Amino acid sequence: MSTDTDALRVEGLTIAYGSAPPSVTDVSLRVRKGEIVGVIGESGSGKSSVALAMMGLLPDSATVTADTMSVAGSEMSDATEGDWGQVRGVRASMVFQEPMSALNPCMRIGAQIAEVLLIHGVADKSTARTKALDILRLVQMPDAERRMSYYPHQLSGGQRQRVVIAIAVAADPTLLVADEPTTALDVTVQAQILDLIRSLRDETGMGVLFISHDLGVIGQLCERIAVMYRGRIVEYGSAQRILDDPQHPYTRALLESIPRPSVPVRSPLAVIPADNDFDEVPAVLEEAS
Amino acid sequence: MKDDVLRVRNLTQRFGHGEHAMTALDDVSLEVRRGETLGLVGESGSGKSTLARAILLMRRPTAGSIEFDGDDVTGLRGRALRRHRRRIQMVFQDPNDSLDPRFSIGRSVAEPLVAGGMPADERRMRVYEALDQVGIPTDAVNRYPHEFSGGQRQRIAIARAMAAEPEFIVLDEPTSALDVSVQAQVLNLLVRLQEQTGVTYLFITHNLAVVHHIAHRVAVMHGGRVVEEGTGAQVMTAPQHPYTQGLLASMPVLYRT
Repeated sequence: MSTDTDALRVEGLTIAYGSAPPSVTDVSLRVRKGEIVGVIGESGSGKSSVALAMMGLLPDSATVTADTMSVAGSEMSDATEGDWGQVRGVRASMVFQEPMSALNPCMRIGAQIAEVLLIHGVADKSTARTKALDILRLVQMPDAERRMSYYPHQLSGGQRQRVVIAIAVAADPTLLVADEPTTALDVTVQAQILDLIRSLRDETGMGVLFISHDLGVIGQLCERIAVMYRGRIVEYGSAQRILDDPQHPYTRALLESIPRPSVPVRSPLAVIPADNDFDEVPAVLEEAS
Repeated sequence: MKDDVLRVRNLTQRFGHGEHAMTALDDVSLEVRRGETLGLVGESGSGKSTLARAILLMRRPTAGSIEFDGDDVTGLRGRALRRHRRRIQMVFQDPNDSLDPRFSIGRSVAEPLVAGGMPADERRMRVYEALDQVGIPTDAVNRYPHEFSGGQRQRIAIARAMAAEPEFIVLDEPTSALDVSVQAQVLNLLVRLQEQTGVTYLFITHNLAVVHHIAHRVAVMHGGRVVEEGTGAQVMTAPQHPYTQGLLASMPVLYRT
């Protein structure tokens, strides 16, 4: 059951491409308003397919089935493209890894934000520019007023990602889906963007589904973590518990493969054996309370 | 010290002219001891890759010198330069930069040996040995790069670098594009190869936790300068330079503990 405190609630999500075996199997996730939930997984784990499914952005070749798929309060399991148009960018928005692919290189960033406000009816022509500047300030763009007239190429990678986030939150969404938004950034810039996402969540009360391959980043930002392996959630629980006391053998192997100061220097790191039976180990799902 | 295999002395590299001039390397000095791993850590634009290119003699520095095994190699040309180059190999972030998609992996791994004039039968043996060292089955020599995973391709690129039995390998973000569980395999492999052969590594990365794990000593670059040098433990537990302190504070807690 989805309640009005949920930003996202999905149960039994399965995604298959063409006639291939499903790449996502029976995934259930819940993101409450004001909560940041992380999905961690390596290449091919299915984490990005889940993110795209939450926004109705999978290609036509994908078959998506779910018992429930409540996105920002709307049931979307049988949604048409028209239904998605009402939700996407307004009540649920998405941020990707590469900001340049989300921005128009030929348009000043102020105008790009204003355009989104106009399309979603959040502002009219007389207020769009002022509102765009407010949002650019909300995402803590340094010297925001001057940068309104910049083109994307005149900004640093971190500033571009701030603009993309500004566009995503322009219509005050209930849910933000962020797919590896800091992966292409330097670690000092990454820390700033993570702080920004946290403070936007605090200010707006939106729920955030944060997808990453980086357990360190996920552990830093998220309250709850879902660990994906080969299309399934193998472990789900509070971030603290999963990092301190991982239960599923895949989660444990993943943590032990990370070089950290607590691991003796130059000692062999754990590797995930190719012939592992992690698939057969039951998932460890800590009930969301 | 006589066990330094590489000495970089006051290296400066400037690009451009007039108001467009920029200094990519600003009076950099460092030493790498034989058989050790020096970790070079820095963010985008710190100068770490420019330094790698200078060490590989791919571009003449504006000022300063590079000594290899006691000899000044900064101005080498022609045959002497080619001879020197066999002693240093490079592994890139993207293994596709050193593996030609049209060549079987055996041919790619053999390429530095062909350049070195090794006879064909000896070459074949050495290719098998190098592939075996990195855990790639030797019956895969006739297969092509696209038939392997990203982690396997990086191991093949390492086999190619090791084939000519170089004294020194520059590794430029060799695990940055890999999943963390695959990164673990490659780091384990690099440590093992160094223990077996005594090869020296310059390991370049943006990831302080990775160099802390693999390097005997760490140099931190920022704005074209080496701002801090020490063991991984010194740099991570008691950073002296404000830039290193900031870098460390930006890292997720998981990688600091």
